[in-house]
Amino acid sequence: MADVDTQREAVLDALDNVAERLTAEKSYLTDLDSAIGDADHGSNMQRGFSKAAEKRDEFADMDPDDIVKTIGTTLISNVGGASGPLYGGSIMFASQELDGGITVETSVAFAEAYLDKVKDRGGAQVGSKTMVDALVPAVHTYKKSIEQDDLPPLEALAKAVDAAERGVQFTTPIKALKGRASFLDWRSVGHQDPGATSTLFIMEELLATAEEYLDGDVERDARAADAVRRDE
Amino acid sequence: MKKLINESGDVVDEMLDGMVAAHPELRRLDGTNVLVRGDAPVDGKVAVVSGGGSGHEPTHAGYLGEGMLDGAAAGEVFTSPTADQLNDMIQAVDAGEGVLCVVKNYEGDVMNFDTAAEMAGMEDVDVEQVVVNDDVAVEDSLYTSGRRGVAGTIFVHKCAGAKAAEGGDLGEVKAVAEKVIDNVRTMGMALTSCVTPEKGEPTFDLGEDEIELGIGIHGEPGTERADIMTADEITEHLTENVLDDLDVGEGEEVVTMVNGMGGTPLSELYIVNRKLQSMLDDRGIETWDAWVGDYMTSLDMMGCSVSVLRVDDELKDLLGAPAHTPALTVAEE
Repeated sequence: MADVDTQREAVLDALDNVAERLTAEKSYLTDLDSAIGDADHGSNMQRGFSKAAEKRDEFADMDPDDIVKTIGTTLISNVGGASGPLYGGSIMFASQELDGGITVETSVAFAEAYLDKVKDRGGAQVGSKTMVDALVPAVHTYKKSIEQDDLPPLEALAKAVDAAERGVQFTTPIKALKGRASFLDWRSVGHQDPGATSTLFIMEELLATAEEYLDGDVERDARAADAVRRDE
Repeated sequence: MKKLINESGDVVDEMLDGMVAAHPELRRLDGTNVLVRGDAPVDGKVAVVSGGGSGHEPTHAGYLGEGMLDGAAAGEVFTSPTADQLNDMIQAVDAGEGVLCVVKNYEGDVMNFDTAAEMAGMEDVDVEQVVVNDDVAVEDSLYTSGRRGVAGTIFVHKCAGAKAAEGGDLGEVKAVAEKVIDNVRTMGMALTSCVTPEKGEPTFDLGEDEIELGIGIHGEPGTERADIMTADEITEHLTENVLDDLDVGEGEEVVTMVNGMGGTPLSELYIVNRKLQSMLDDRGIETWDAWVGDYMTSLDMMGCSVSVLRVDDELKDLLGAPAHTPALTVAEE
């Protein structure tokens, strides 16, 4: 296991990368949300993660799990609406799994706890056209790749991101059953879900950060990688 | 549309400051939109809190005080308060006896209260939650899964607050709240839409000769648009739906509420109450108490809701117990 300073740096770099990515994708996410929601997902996510990234100095002496918990509570205070509890509350809850530091095992436990909390709080299942459609394939693929296929963590994470990407694509042709989009009923068909999309962007940045720290470079499934933005 | 405001972004902040200035027995938690009883936490007592979007005044902070709420969190207009502020509220009012959160059934409110309960739980506060869903009009609306929580919530505040004041423990206070929820139903209607400070224009358009039946409290459209009817016809429509759903009949006792949506003259609410009481009388249902007024509003909407709560001796005692709040006072017998 990497020492605690390296773990802390990795968490902070991941946070910076996610904040930058969501800033870059702000208007794209808002466009997706305009079609089937209330047009605030991009700015809400950007504001929340940027506020967390601004706390870098506060994080200097904290343990990695406390940093992750504080990222969660910062999102709760700044994202608002249902996304605050869904993203922030779930990160906060899952941070308890990192109590003993960040290892391959605790990363699986974190991912599972995060998924459970999102499902429990939002009540969405696979096929509801929500962030759960990206998360379930990602978390299941990650766990299986680590625990049954014995893949190195970086490869497992790359497979998980690919799975999330296919999950995002799956949200387009289906009808929304949860969230504001569900009130559009059949009119929600044909639109990509913004929450699944931001979940994918976050995971892509976790992968990019892991590549830096685990000294690796992994192949993504190229077909999945272009498809998500095909409708741009 | 004209509004008596300064900046739309300052509405909640300035309203709360003005409210505390009018009611010095309330206190605002620093850096939040949470008001609490000035003497909170009250030693030896379970705390009862509520919260939700603003625009429903006097809900929620108007019910702060002895015999009702200990804390009330205000979100932006028609938007849930954030979980961190709800957590600050829970921590501020907990006297070690636990906290009951009275939540109206809207997805944002429920998720933020859930998260707040979890945050407070990490700090070893005992938190329980009840979700009010008294609106008979719709199963699912723009903001909810399942029925919405509307004006019947005030009966929950009153009874749970009274149970806590008389020394009930957290389980007993919660049980009373659930009993009220099981026995109260509401349905509303609108003559006009409401105008939010942010948007500055009506949320939906209603023609001069049209009304909207089955509305909620956020200017969300109702279940049915109808041609304008008389007060008696409207009251009949609302009351029949409420009584049928509650399945209340001859020989039973109820407490009723005719609630104004914010822009309705009190005279019109009394006209509705007159018809409501005569309908109950015809069915042999006895009214133990009739509330008429603006209890849970929707900004400046014109319209009303009718609530009926089935009561037994326990609920009558709790409804009749003393309360001293800005919006509701029940004197000692």
